[in-house]
Amino acid sequence: MSTTQQTQKPATAVGTVAQWTEDRTGASKAVREFGRKIFPSHWSFMLGEVALYSFIILVLTGTFLTFWFKPAMGEVIYNGPWTPLRGVTISEAYESTLEISFEVRGGLFIRQMHHWAALLFMAALSIHALRVFFTGAFRKPREINWVIGIVLSMVGLGAGFTGYSLPDDLLSGNGLRIIDGLLKSIPLIGTYISFFLFGGEFPGTDIVSRLYTLHIMILPAVLIALIGAHLMFVVIHKHTQWASPGHTQKNVVGEPVLPTFAAKGGGFFFLIFALVAFISSIFTTNAIWNYGPYDPSPVSAGTQPDWYVGWADGILRIMPGWMEFYIFGYPISLNINIAIIIMLFFWLIAMVWPWIEAWMLKDNREHHIVDRPRNNPTRTALGVAAAVWYAVMWAGASGDLVAVFFHMSLNDMIYIFRILFIVGPFIAFFLTRRICLSLQRKDRELVLHGHETGQIIRLPHGEFQERHRALTPHEAWTLTAFEAPQVLPAQPGKDGKVSGLERMRARMAKYFYEDRVHPVTKAELDAAHADHDAEVEGAHDDTAGLEK
Amino acid sequence: MKLLAARRRHPMALVVLLLVGMLLTGGAYSLFTGNTTAKADEYSASDIEQGQKLFVSNCATCHGMNAEGSDNGPSLIGVGAAAVDFQVSTGRMPLQMHGPQGQVKPAQFSEEETAQMAGYIASLGPGPAVPDEEWLNTAEGDSAAGGGLFRTNCAMCHNVVGAGGALTRGKYAPSLSDVSEKHLYEAMQTGPQNMPIFNDANLTPEEKRDVITYVREVSETPSAGGFKLGSLGPVAEGLFIWFFGLAGVVGITLWLTARAK
Repeated sequence: MSTTQQTQKPATAVGTVAQWTEDRTGASKAVREFGRKIFPSHWSFMLGEVALYSFIILVLTGTFLTFWFKPAMGEVIYNGPWTPLRGVTISEAYESTLEISFEVRGGLFIRQMHHWAALLFMAALSIHALRVFFTGAFRKPREINWVIGIVLSMVGLGAGFTGYSLPDDLLSGNGLRIIDGLLKSIPLIGTYISFFLFGGEFPGTDIVSRLYTLHIMILPAVLIALIGAHLMFVVIHKHTQWASPGHTQKNVVGEPVLPTFAAKGGGFFFLIFALVAFISSIFTTNAIWNYGPYDPSPVSAGTQPDWYVGWADGILRIMPGWMEFYIFGYPISLNINIAIIIMLFFWLIAMVWPWIEAWMLKDNREHHIVDRPRNNPTRTALGVAAAVWYAVMWAGASGDLVAVFFHMSLNDMIYIFRILFIVGPFIAFFLTRRICLSLQRKDRELVLHGHETGQIIRLPHGEFQERHRALTPHEAWTLTAFEAPQVLPAQPGKDGKVSGLERMRARMAKYFYEDRVHPVTKAELDAAHADHDAEVEGAHDDTAGLEK
Repeated sequence: MKLLAARRRHPMALVVLLLVGMLLTGGAYSLFTGNTTAKADEYSASDIEQGQKLFVSNCATCHGMNAEGSDNGPSLIGVGAAAVDFQVSTGRMPLQMHGPQGQVKPAQFSEEETAQMAGYIASLGPGPAVPDEEWLNTAEGDSAAGGGLFRTNCAMCHNVVGAGGALTRGKYAPSLSDVSEKHLYEAMQTGPQNMPIFNDANLTPEEKRDVITYVREVSETPSAGGFKLGSLGPVAEGLFIWFFGLAGVVGITLWLTARAK
């Protein structure tokens, strides 16, 4: 009893356990380090978490589904409770999915949770990516994490599609048929790749078990590895934060992981879980029993992929037929290849964008304070243009349903999407840039003149004026703490000559960043205040600071 | 045999052979299709006369005084009572306006008037009759067999559970969930608007009954998974998750980051 070397004996049961653990693992250092990690609190910073939590739900529910799902394409005669299919010859994969839906207790609920969580995973991932892009949170030092995020969206799309294809119902088979077509359209090697994937001519009897291995083992493993790296980088780089008094490039203002952020995050997981469970218990998703077994001949009206594959389907639907042509008697199916080309182009541009932006502005600094989207009009406009381009392709996949519900002609829908595919992004770019510049000028106006109060006063000499209420210093800081991009003219290289690439850089920078609004400077603010004091407001030039 | 062998190169042999062949195919055709051909005697002479009056005052503008058709509407000779019953009692005829497709609207004629017009049209030439109750009884049908037929023949326009879909140039395949058994049968039999005809050689009356049974069953069985979102598949689900799922998510994030006031 008295031989104990401990200087302090824990007084509580929790303390005893903690002391026991600490003596054997020395975990307190890690807990102290990680527990003091600070995360800023803003709703838009929590969207990536939603993707993470959806992924956890996917792993949990997916594991449940593997206990019953049979990834095999042997033929059986259905004899279950869904009468419209009784006596029909179907595959084991489809039969076991029907069994999960109608016979396994809670099976349909878990299946729907799995499917809704997959849709939410990709949606949350997408708006998280949009948030990161529009706030410039991809800039140095976070470029690698941005690339990991793009790769995550690609692998997530693959994981989703392989899952969509597993039940072997008519819808999933139609989807696979399109994949088969995409593969076969690749010049020279297309047929070989398709035969390699399907184990012979489509559909064969191998594809479900192959997709199953991809869907439950390889792709989730890749996703987990990438998510791990993504989160590790968040910890290494620390989280970005909005401009605000006290927020600098060197600190992070927010809540510590322990106890606040961990508690909030844990609660957030359960809220997301509850949301997915709520949706899954009330709304049907992927009613595979409606579709019947896969058979290569029928294709139902309204056959679409899950939303995140929709843009690929949309490209196929809106591309004109003349894009397929023959060279020396060999067909070149550019109308089909183009889907793969556009998707890869889109992802590639997204991946390299951080470097393009840094190169154009010759900006090699670290950025830990994120931009309000309006404060980088060109980036925001390009982002909106890309989003519009994506949305046009995406909507293209649902042209038939749009036609039915809005009493349009299906043909006209295709023409409209073709036109928007070309001009939509340009319109979006110019409109967004002008809107951003206008919003910046509005901010300037607000900082210089304060809030309108609606109180009209009459001055002794008879003039009427509206009284303006000055901004609080906090507000003024938030509205002025940004930097307008600096356009650097073409610089000579080491040999004293201006290279062609450098000239191109300067031209691009000039085009993209020439129109800009500078933040209000102290001198301007003082001048405005002096004006206010003299009560001769409106005498100075409102357009000061707008460079053209 | 000798007699036949001696004359088989006779100049008239070909003509005789053709005649025999035509008689056989024609006879067999009428034998197979005869059972659904409208028998004008189902309708009394006064019905037909009344039907003609209704036709002349309501339909003849487009279909011609003797239903022979015009630039504005097809000939109705031989379309049968089933076509009249379908078009008139679903409100598609008289046409509301010219367009890609006749619109469904409340029926403009009573059942009796519809039957009178059907009788008049049936009297002009043989065509499919209004189906017997026997073929509309879904208790006798096989929904699994009907489902297979539906997926092969109907789903490409009407969607796998008959939720409807788009056709070219503003035409569309309507939703089938609220269509009566009789109208489903008549639609298959007569191919209204842009629909192909599935005659009895194509889909037998039993098969049509199976199809009807399938449509009824999938549209009336309560959904196992909750609200069906129109049974439209992934587009409706994608819209839902973006507009309701993500809205819920953003709501939760705003709540969690709200500062105590």
